[in-house]
Amino acid sequence: MNRLRLLFLTPAGIVLGALFLAPLAIMLAYSFLTRGAYGGVTADFSFENYQRVLDPLYAVILLRTFVMAATATLGCLVLGFPLALFISQSGARKNLYLQLVILPFWTSFLVRTYAWMFLLRDTGLVNSALLAAGLIHAPLPLLYNDGAVFLGLVYGYLPFVVLPLYATLERLDKSLLEAAADLGARPWITTTRIVLPLCAPGFRAGALLVFIPCLGAYLTPDLLGGSKTVLVGNVIQNQFTTARDWPFGSAVSLLLMAIVMVLLMLLIRRGGEKLI
Amino acid sequence: MDLVLELRGVSKHYPTHQAVNGVSLTVERGAFFALLGPSGCGKTTTLRLVAGFEDATAGEVLLNGRRINHLKPYERNVNTVFQNYALFPHLTVRGNIEFGLKRQGIADLAGKVRDALDLVQLSGKEGRYPAELSGGEKQRVALARSLVLQPDVLLLDEPLSALDPNLRKQVRSELKNLQRRVGTTFLFVTHDQEEALSLSDQIAVMNKGLLEQVGTPEDIYLRPTTRFVAGFLGAVNWIGGIGVRPEATQISRTTAGDHCIPATVRSSVFLGNCLQVETVCGDGQCVVAEVSRLNGSFTAGEAVYLSWNASDELRL
Amino acid sequence: MKRGLALYAVAAYAFLHVPLLVLAVFSFNSSRFTVWEGWSLEWYRAALHDGQLGEAAWNSILIAVASTLVSTIVGTLCAYGLWKRDSKWLSGSLYLSLVTPEIVMGISLLVFFQWMFRFLHVQLGMHTVILAHVAFSLSYVVIVVMARLRTFDASLEEAAMDLGATEWQAFRRVTLPVLAPGIAAAALLAFTTSFDDYVITSLVAGVDSETLPMVVYAMARRGANPVLNSISTLIVAALGALILFSERLRES
Repeated sequence: MNRLRLLFLTPAGIVLGALFLAPLAIMLAYSFLTRGAYGGVTADFSFENYQRVLDPLYAVILLRTFVMAATATLGCLVLGFPLALFISQSGARKNLYLQLVILPFWTSFLVRTYAWMFLLRDTGLVNSALLAAGLIHAPLPLLYNDGAVFLGLVYGYLPFVVLPLYATLERLDKSLLEAAADLGARPWITTTRIVLPLCAPGFRAGALLVFIPCLGAYLTPDLLGGSKTVLVGNVIQNQFTTARDWPFGSAVSLLLMAIVMVLLMLLIRRGGEKLI
Repeated sequence: MDLVLELRGVSKHYPTHQAVNGVSLTVERGAFFALLGPSGCGKTTTLRLVAGFEDATAGEVLLNGRRINHLKPYERNVNTVFQNYALFPHLTVRGNIEFGLKRQGIADLAGKVRDALDLVQLSGKEGRYPAELSGGEKQRVALARSLVLQPDVLLLDEPLSALDPNLRKQVRSELKNLQRRVGTTFLFVTHDQEEALSLSDQIAVMNKGLLEQVGTPEDIYLRPTTRFVAGFLGAVNWIGGIGVRPEATQISRTTAGDHCIPATVRSSVFLGNCLQVETVCGDGQCVVAEVSRLNGSFTAGEAVYLSWNASDELRL
Repeated sequence: MKRGLALYAVAAYAFLHVPLLVLAVFSFNSSRFTVWEGWSLEWYRAALHDGQLGEAAWNSILIAVASTLVSTIVGTLCAYGLWKRDSKWLSGSLYLSLVTPEIVMGISLLVFFQWMFRFLHVQLGMHTVILAHVAFSLSYVVIVVMARLRTFDASLEEAAMDLGATEWQAFRRVTLPVLAPGIAAAALLAFTTSFDDYVITSLVAGVDSETLPMVVYAMARRGANPVLNSISTLIVAALGALILFSERLRES
């Protein structure tokens, strides 16, 4: 059996080694080098790139990314819990309602982001409607700001919290709710004092599932955010295109990877469920 | 004596525990042989060692006198009926029965399948999928799938435990009849002493990885050699180091016979076919007797005498 | 409370679905502005006659099919191997690749390919895009197939070997057919993520390998464009049809 197993694992090992680990290793090497005159790198070893990350200019962006990811996560949890609760109490329609949450996840993320551009821009549907109704006289600046990015992230990652929360709710021992009602608790009290605390594992898993991709978000801030809503993802992209500073871009990437890895370990240790 | 299977000092050690410890036993061709013991006693591991799913740490497994330790499961002419039957869900009844035949490259597939279905009385259901069968039918497919390969030994892992309790007694007799008809050696594992007693010609009782006793059902029940075997096969009153089964213990209001002990009735429970009378002897020992309803009733606090025939004593 | 929850659910589903529905409706608007003037198929005609769009769509399909094929085979074998016995090194790498931000994975692949090109005389193109897509979809495939394997009864394989099948035959004749629905779901996930990817693709694509998301992105950046509404609707409809089709397939 061992020979067959080795045969089965080898292709995946090659793909991961050559197309994931090797690129990361090269990036790690680049992050200690110095930028060349016309892009590329020169072989001067230094820690300078990592020191530059602490430069106030970039530290602020890093902080802003954290705040944005945290608020978007909070938004998803607050919006997602009642929805998960609703689905878990829907009896025979559970599956349909759950599918309706998952469905957008299967459709294009890019198109869904563009849909918000279509709604929010100066000549977009929201502004057009408000202008036509005479409620405003000049278009509101709805797009290209922090609010739009927040909206885009919540919209994109809401299914990621609904699914684990729903799974936790389904596993909940229903007799606990009956016991609470039996002891005189009204539905609202049962929900806030019994259900909510027992959903802690679902909240933890959902929070990490949203927070991790939000930290590395690139497309949403790029399309919905303005020049002032730059997040870490955009900084990285910029180093490899316009700024042509590969070593610095590599250092920022690896810093982001380090943060994500710590969160991943939290997810594995606290989230409970094994995926692989 | 025609031996089909022999274990010689077989052991299976895991890093954390020893599942099987130096088990030696022989199985005669055509026998219905039971491995009996509580869960975790090593009986299933022993079965898996014979099937080839586990490698023995020590000892030898011989089939028809040939050492088969090194053979893979698919190289041994023994087949298994799994506890949950392990029918292939994507194949029909026919597909399941053909599976092993195809591996052997047998020519007359249709005929063999027909015979196998006839044997277990499932003709007409060859197009069904396992999900469409009842528990009893699944078990019969599992039997047919294995028997069609004409194994030297058929291994059965708790074959009745997945069935509805009401169905078990009926399936038990069907299983016994089937074994008589095909004449294949059956080696089956069970934790149910009643099942073992009613089905098998030979019983091997295991405990904590060790073989406690091998013998006929009568041997094991009436002449146990260890206290564990005596207790595992049924309740025993231990009176001054002598074992007497409750149904062999007699109660009377007068003294009678050589072995006669005074006792006091503690309680009496009506069990339908008998009365279960719990008494306390002078030394505080509790003795239970199962007596016929016809012997009258006993009330708590009553003074009685306990007696039994010397031939009913369990001598370890 | 039950009513409040239901009302909230209506609002939440509106939030999830109305943006795309609005987009779909306005793709049929005859005006090029966000004012409703009547039904028209003008923008669909424009989209379908755009040669660049057609080529991009073709590229996207080719890339998605090729990368799905590779990642499904490699991922299924890998999931099976890991199910037999876990390999910390491999499953750790898979987890890591799962949470690696797209932008980081894209950049690292770009750097890697550029570095390799010093030794090999090739350039960025379809092949680099396909390799990149295999890299990021592998972990999805492994996770989906592994989920199916967790409910797979290991005694089925033992039964197969007991009946005379070798390890390979047991895998081929029993395990693989039982896993088939899971493998199909994994392939579908790999296909849709590949078809939709912009971030990684745009970094490792060459001049001849522009994909549909790259065109959509460029148009979105340029601003208002009713043709983009129709393309978006077509993409969503095509993916939706694919999902429905596979659901049907699974049920039958």
